[in-house]
Amino acid sequence: MKSTADVVIIGGGVNGTAVAYNLAARGCGKVVVLEKNTLASGSTGRCGAGVRMQWGMEMNCRLAKGSIERFETLGEELGFDGDLEFKQGGYLMPAYTERQWRQFKQNVALQNRLDIPSRLVTREETLAIVPHLSPEGLLGAAFCPKDGHLNPFKTVQAYAEAAARLGVTIRKFAAVTAIIPMTGLNKRVVLSNGDEVETPIVVNTAGPYSQVVGRMAGVELPVHSERHQILVTEPVGSLQGPMVMSFAHGLYCQQTPHGSFIMGVGDPHEPRGFDIGHSWSFLEDVAAKVTEIMPILREVRVVRQWSGLYNMTPDAQPILGEVSEVPGFFQAIGFSGHGFMLAPMTGILLAELILGLKTSLDVSMLTLDRFVRGELIREPSVV
Amino acid sequence: MADKGPDTIICRCEDITLDEVRGLIARGYKTPDEIKRLSRCGMGQCQGRTCRLLLLQEIAAATGGQIEDIPMSTFRPPTKPIKLGLLAKARKERERGEGE
Repeated sequence: MKSTADVVIIGGGVNGTAVAYNLAARGCGKVVVLEKNTLASGSTGRCGAGVRMQWGMEMNCRLAKGSIERFETLGEELGFDGDLEFKQGGYLMPAYTERQWRQFKQNVALQNRLDIPSRLVTREETLAIVPHLSPEGLLGAAFCPKDGHLNPFKTVQAYAEAAARLGVTIRKFAAVTAIIPMTGLNKRVVLSNGDEVETPIVVNTAGPYSQVVGRMAGVELPVHSERHQILVTEPVGSLQGPMVMSFAHGLYCQQTPHGSFIMGVGDPHEPRGFDIGHSWSFLEDVAAKVTEIMPILREVRVVRQWSGLYNMTPDAQPILGEVSEVPGFFQAIGFSGHGFMLAPMTGILLAELILGLKTSLDVSMLTLDRFVRGELIREPSVV
Repeated sequence: MADKGPDTIICRCEDITLDEVRGLIARGYKTPDEIKRLSRCGMGQCQGRTCRLLLLQEIAAATGGQIEDIPMSTFRPPTKPIKLGLLAKARKERERGEGE
């Protein structure tokens, strides 16, 4: 079947559905979202779903702050009849070395300058915020009470259903196999079932497969994907308010409103690729680390482990905007493990860029060109 | 399950009712994965051992399809809940060369 659209969005995760909703809310014409599996079946539905304003670089701070402020009222904005399960219990980042403490000091100074309510807390205060944290080796922590986490499946459902009510077409099980340039700006987006959609604008929100979509349009994107593993425990009584994130252990751990703990550790030896399998050594690794800093969790049982992919850029900041050599080809990719938390702003900014409106935030530094210019500063606060 | 009421529990680990499952199917979520992720049906202690077939039956009844044609959710390890403390201990023993 052949059809036409004003915008085709490839990838039905949080970014794809957020861009679709924001386009439709601004009166964009015919918007089509193409998702190869089910909504949120890729990185969005596999992520730790933490949202934090505590970043080490100004752009990430601004994107995250704007996003969290929108998460606070997102359910109402989208007319969602369910619960996004937004728990604003804060993010607590314990420091175990002087070097870390100095980095947090620097980050907090930057964050406060940007009106982010983070602060350094003493060792005693840290233990008052998370009483089950081991005092062993603890110097203090950085804490922002406005950080938190929410349910990524419900978030995507809310965006997608709001977008659909505004007339957006969302197609599940619609894998894109080719993007063929036509005369003028139009492109033919070809699906695996032979269907074609002709459109002047293609938006790449394919997460870990963004480079694959890039190649279909003839663009070699400087990103790669890597597996990150994660687990969830049985639900237990309410114990932990904030997300605890230790850079020393490469560990994050939150307790959902449902009562289960969700946690993961980064593996510096993880090879690049698309593997989303799981390993026993991850289970042992995360268990060893989490019970070292929070011994009470020894008694809690793991019920499930899975993995997802980070789409990494050389500077751990996203690539946003139009590709200069392929007009009409927009990117919202390379979030390097924090695409979920930035999605509300990503959705707004991409819609503004596509419709030629003034952007809510100057994100011109996040275009693909920055890698050609070599203007890279690496974000220090990535797990 | 035609003779069961809407409050019938489908997933007993997470207390998910027949009504909730049917509500999601009516909203267009017709795969076990989507229903699992949006309702927690099958995400509990038993990992869907009890509710999997019930859920498949509901989807098949609603879509007029066959159970064997419905894509299943991925089985996730560990098969049985394990205490974090036990896993941590296994790691320590291995590091000391006492394990395996």
